Amino acid sequence: MNWLETVRAGAEAVRAHRMRSILTMLGIVIGIASVILTVGFGQGAQKEVKDEIDALGSNLLIVSPGSTTDSSGVRGGFGSATTLTLDDASAIGEDSVVPDAEKVAATTSTNAAVAAGETNWTTSVVGTTPSWLDVRTRTLEAGRFFTAEELAKGADVVVLGPDTASELFTGPTAANPVGQTVSIGGRQLTVIGVLDSSGASSTGTSEDDQAVVPISTAKSLTGSTDNAVSTIYVEATSADTLSAAYQEVQSLLLTRHGVAASDADFSISTQDSLVETANSTNETLTVLLTGVAAISLLVGGVGVMNIMLVSVTERIREIGLRKALGATPSVIGRQFLVEASMLGLAGGIAGVLIGVVGSWVLPSIIDQPVTLSAFATGAALATSLALGVGFGVYPASRAARLTPIDALRSE
Amino acid sequence: MTSEPIIELTAIRKTYRSGTIEFEALRGIDTDIAEGEYVAVIGPSGSGKSTLMNILGCLDNPTEGHYLLAGEDVSQMTETQLAEVRNKRIGFVFQQFNLLASLSAWRNVELPLIYAGVPRADRRARAVRALERVGLGDRVDNRPGELSGGQQQRVAVARALVTEPAMILADEPTGNLDSRSTADVLGLLDELHASGRTIVLITHEHEVAERAQRNLVIADGEITSDVPTARAGVIV
Repeated sequence: MNWLETVRAGAEAVRAHRMRSILTMLGIVIGIASVILTVGFGQGAQKEVKDEIDALGSNLLIVSPGSTTDSSGVRGGFGSATTLTLDDASAIGEDSVVPDAEKVAATTSTNAAVAAGETNWTTSVVGTTPSWLDVRTRTLEAGRFFTAEELAKGADVVVLGPDTASELFTGPTAANPVGQTVSIGGRQLTVIGVLDSSGASSTGTSEDDQAVVPISTAKSLTGSTDNAVSTIYVEATSADTLSAAYQEVQSLLLTRHGVAASDADFSISTQDSLVETANSTNETLTVLLTGVAAISLLVGGVGVMNIMLVSVTERIREIGLRKALGATPSVIGRQFLVEASMLGLAGGIAGVLIGVVGSWVLPSIIDQPVTLSAFATGAALATSLALGVGFGVYPASRAARLTPIDALRSE
Repeated sequence: MTSEPIIELTAIRKTYRSGTIEFEALRGIDTDIAEGEYVAVIGPSGSGKSTLMNILGCLDNPTEGHYLLAGEDVSQMTETQLAEVRNKRIGFVFQQFNLLASLSAWRNVELPLIYAGVPRADRRARAVRALERVGLGDRVDNRPGELSGGQQQRVAVARALVTEPAMILADEPTGNLDSRSTADVLGLLDELHASGRTIVLITHEHEVAERAQRNLVIADGEITSDVPTARAGVIV
C-alpha cells in the first residue's frame, strides 16, 4: 500500500466521520487562527509605531532631561528633572563643538487654554526656536513661522496646529485664521501661521493640535524665570553622521553638566531606539498572546490524540480484518498516522483561512491594524501538521500493535 | 488424494499462559491437507478448534511444531511476514462477515488487493470478476447494509477469492445465517471446491460438516477422528 493509497484511505476515514472530524479539528482551527491573528496584531502595532516615529523627522536625535543622581546617590527617573537648558541647546548649535549637528531646536511644553473670541480650547503650548519647523520636518499651510527677531524680543505671535486652528476658528474666520488674535493666559497673541497636518496616523498624539510660540514668549506666559527646556531636538547633517552627532552631543552635555557617563542626567534617543523601545513592549505582548495561542494549539493536539485513540478502539474490528487480509503492522500504523496528520493539517488550513479573513475584517471593527505574516502562516501550517503527526504517533502505534485475533474477536 | 499436500501440520502445540496458569489448547496436531481438498474441522467450543483455525489462518504462531503452507514453514514467522502470507495464500470467510460498512461491495472485495500492491486500475476489474463469480455481478456498488445476510457472506467469499489464495478458511461461515442463506453459501463453497479450491471449514454443526469430503474432529486439543464423509471421492 503506497502513500497515495494511504492518504486516500485517510481522507475517506476523515470524511466518513465528518462531524467528529470537524469537532476534533476545532481546537487546532482556533489555535492556528489565534496564532495568526496575534502575530498579525503585534506586527500591525509595530508597523504603526514605526510609521509614527518615522514621521518625527529623519536624522533626529531627541535629548530629554532625566535620571539625575543626587548627593545621596538616589537616581531620579526619566524626565523627572529639568536638567537641560537653553544654553545647552545653543552650545549644541555651535558648529565647532558639534560639527555633525545641522540644526537644533529646544522646546518647552505646557498645557494651557487658548481662547479666540468666545471659543476656548485647551492644548499643548510649545515654546521653541525658528529651526523647529525644519528639525521636525513640518510645513505651513498658511502664513509664516516666527523669526529669530521675534524670538529675541519674545514677540506676541503664535503658529497653530491645523486641528487647533479648526477648533478655535469656526465662524467666518475659519478660512484663514492668520492675522486673528488668540489669548493665552490673558495675553493677546497674533496668529501668524497654521501648520500642515503632520501626516502621522491618528493615535491621539498632539502633533496636529498644538500652539507653537517663541520659547521666550512661552517662558513669560508661564511666568517661569529659569531657562530649562523639556526637549532638545538635534538634526544631524545626514543619516550617516547620526551616530557621530550622538557622540558629540553626549560628550558635550556630559562636560557641560560635569557628570560621568554613568550618572548622565539626560538621555538621547534616536528614531531607532524609540522604535526599539516601542517594539519591545509590543513584542512582550505578542509573545504572551502567542504563548496563550500555542497552549490552545497544544490542547487541540491532545484533542486529536484523544479522538484517534477513540477511533482505534472503535475500529478495532476493522483493524483486525485489515490485518487478516494482509495489512502489516506498519501499514496500519501509517494509516492512523496519516489520518491524524490530515486532521491536523485540515485544521491548520481552516485556521489560516479564518485568520486571513479575520485580518481583513477585524481592523475595521476594532481600529487596530493587522499585518499578516507569511512566516507565521507557514509556521502555523507546519505546526498543525506536526501536531497531527506528533499526537498521532501513540494511537497509531496502538493500532499497529493490536494482534489480528484479539482485534477480530472483540465485540 | 493424489495431489501434493498444501498444508502440513507436524506436532503442533499451543500453550496459553496467564500468570502461573498454563493451558494447553493444542496438544500435538499432525495432519496434511491436499490441494483441492474440502475439509471440515469440527468440535465443540473449548476443543481447540478456534486455536487451530488461528494457526491455520496464520493469525497466530504455534508454541511448538511446524506448519508448512504451500511448502513454506510459517510456524515462526514475524507478524509482518505472516501478514504477507495471509494476504497471498489465505482467503478468510468469517462468521460475522466482517465487511466494512462504509465501503461498497467491490471496495470491500478489493481490500486484499490493496495490501498486495495491485495497481488501482486492475483492482476494480478483479473485484468485479470475483463478485460475478459469487453471483453478485449486479450488486458491486451496493454497501453491505443494502444486502441480505446471505449476500453479505457472498461478498465475503468474493473477497476471500479475489487474491486466488491456496486455501479458503471459513470460520463458521453459516453461523449467522438463516437456513436458506446457509444452503446458498454452502452451495457456493461446493462450487468453489468443484473448481479446484482447497477449503477448510470450521464448524460445530454436523450437517454443515457433511458437505465436506473429510471431517477432522477435535477434542481437548487433539484430533480424535479423521474420517472421509459420504461425499469423499465424489467427483463433482
